Amino acid sequence: MKKIIASGVLAALMSSVAPASAATQVDFWHAFTGRLGELLDEQVSKFNASQDEYVVVATNKGNYSETLNAGIAAFRAGEQPDILQVFEVGTATMMGAKGAIKPVYEVMDESGLPFDQSAYLAAVAGYYTTTDGQMLSLPYNSSTPVLYVNKDALKAAGLDPEMDLSTWEQVGTALDALKESGNKCPLTTAWQSWVHLETLSAYHNVPFASKENGFAGVDTELTFNGDVQVKHIETLGQWAKDGKFIYSGRRNEGGAPFRAGECALFTESSAGYAGVKNEATFDFAIRPLPYWSDVEGAPQNTIIGGASLWVMEGQTAEEYKGVAAFFNFLSSSEIQAKWHQDTGYLPITMAAYEATKASGFYDENPGTDISIIQMTGKAPTADSKGIRLGNFDQIRGIIDEELEGVWNGSKSAKDALDSAVSRGDELLRRFEQANR
Amino acid sequence: MEKRVVFSNRWLPYLLVAPQLLVTFVFFFWPAGQAIYQSAFIPDPFGLKTQFVGLGNFEYLFGNRYYRESFLTTAVFSVLVTVSSMSFALWLAVLADRVIKGSSAYRTLLIWPYAVAPAIAGVLWLFMFNPFTGIIAWMLFQVGYVWNHNLDGGQAMALVVAASAWKQISYNFLFFLAGLQAIPKSVIEAAAIDGASFWRRFWTIIFPLLSPTTFFLLVVNIIYAFFDTFGVIHTITQGGPQQSTTILVYKVFADGFVGQDLGSSAAQSVVLLVLVGVLTVVQFRFIERRVHY
Repeated sequence: MKKIIASGVLAALMSSVAPASAATQVDFWHAFTGRLGELLDEQVSKFNASQDEYVVVATNKGNYSETLNAGIAAFRAGEQPDILQVFEVGTATMMGAKGAIKPVYEVMDESGLPFDQSAYLAAVAGYYTTTDGQMLSLPYNSSTPVLYVNKDALKAAGLDPEMDLSTWEQVGTALDALKESGNKCPLTTAWQSWVHLETLSAYHNVPFASKENGFAGVDTELTFNGDVQVKHIETLGQWAKDGKFIYSGRRNEGGAPFRAGECALFTESSAGYAGVKNEATFDFAIRPLPYWSDVEGAPQNTIIGGASLWVMEGQTAEEYKGVAAFFNFLSSSEIQAKWHQDTGYLPITMAAYEATKASGFYDENPGTDISIIQMTGKAPTADSKGIRLGNFDQIRGIIDEELEGVWNGSKSAKDALDSAVSRGDELLRRFEQANR
Repeated sequence: MEKRVVFSNRWLPYLLVAPQLLVTFVFFFWPAGQAIYQSAFIPDPFGLKTQFVGLGNFEYLFGNRYYRESFLTTAVFSVLVTVSSMSFALWLAVLADRVIKGSSAYRTLLIWPYAVAPAIAGVLWLFMFNPFTGIIAWMLFQVGYVWNHNLDGGQAMALVVAASAWKQISYNFLFFLAGLQAIPKSVIEAAAIDGASFWRRFWTIIFPLLSPTTFFLLVVNIIYAFFDTFGVIHTITQGGPQQSTTILVYKVFADGFVGQDLGSSAAQSVVLLVLVGVLTVVQFRFIERRVHY
């Protein structure tokens, strides 16, 4: 109670618009630090200043996993926040927690505020909606993988810096030339499972898991050991052996050597844009993620990563109204367009995309619209709208391990993917059992 | 002469040990009981519903090849950490014991690393050995050795062992030094007069007389390697590559707090509980016999 009063007083001091007693406090737990944390705080203080009924109090709870844990632990203790930011791999966990979450469409309906689901980018919102089209959580920060190119490195290898790199075959030719010219790091990647298996599968319109990648039920099984995936991982494994693909780690460790100019090509989230733009002292370009030209229907669309905002159960009606007002504010095209331009995350509404386009931002920053074009070029199919698996964080860990076996040459691509599938299926059965 | 203290009040002795019993109960028996109870269930992360599975969690665990391999990983890791940190500490203590000038400065400096939190120790070593930006990785590359602990399980193990052992050396050093100083000088001097070399004196006099300290440190170090090195592993390898540094206690964390699989996590805690119990019995029954007090 003391804490609530204290933070209420603090909020009142900060907003200085309304006395604390009149405003309803809305707690928002998130996983952003650094620059992203500052931008988030800016959004929150703008919202608090824009009205005097609600005060949103944003608190950082560590990284994504830690934030989810904090939310779960708080729920068990009956002290959950109103809004919890959960990364995309935690989606199935949250959806399974009926009784712990309040779906966003319900919150918006009850508030009476205007809420038009069709205004959101289908490819983004689809990740967080039920199969019958109802939005469960509000997309917040979503990105998709793209290819970053160090043009100076291409030039140094005697290549045309504007060369076409839209297929992996073309990338292969470029890697040959880079390697021959003595480049120590022709290609590296961030988030290998997300880019080279999850997105790869969607982009080539092949299933990552059965039951519409888990959207249609928890009795899903992994299927990413198909021909397309095996061929891709096999090729990358060969490139790793030849010193053309350099493995830098499970997360985005590859960002540092790319920004330092050591690596020529880098597959990473579109949200890596801000960092590259800030630090790179070389000429760089953003290109669409490459695809295999011999796969029919490719390129389909890429899928998102990032996080969404979940509303927790067990709060007062007044607080839910505040949540709805805040979500409405976050979805406004002005806020979204700024967020998109500052961070490289996708705008969540079509209107924000149009606004950014009209402002001339894409002309000044070429390549920043590639992520949206990649996502929205084709209508998503059952295999390309996203992935929703239980225990997904751990399954990614298994995929990481098995891929590492391929990169260090101790396993063939087929063996590694088969093993990842059977080990991952065990975890899916475990999740199915817990959510029966 | 009767030396034993006799309490006339029946309740006083119980009252006096009560605080200690309470602490033991609240911080040991209660959580341990909870772990045993929870290991028979599969709950969902939010605690909304739970299912009784009996020994199902244990069946699931021991049916998993990676869990069984984790025992071996833990054994290798613990032995390496214990042996390397203790032998290095003993060597330093013997040297520091012989220093006459400025010995307190040496000792203070050698004790410093103990104040470093495991996670920080992990980050320090990670900075030095980062395959891309680490200074030692770079030096190794200059002499033709490729360091990438993200891919090479052996290198990853070496790195977490080095980081964990480094931190513990200070603690071991402190006890070894105290142990060395407690050995009567007259015994050593007598041996020296008889013409025994330094090594001979060390193996026949110093080392046996140091055995109570060594035994104590052995117990403490194994417990350290089992439980307290979690922070080091979490910051450096997260158990990878390919589970080559996933020790048992790290798996408890990863399954419970990353995977939200609390049933399996509780079952693993119970397994650890049993394992540590067995280890302690072994240590006290078989190794302590060789200790000269």
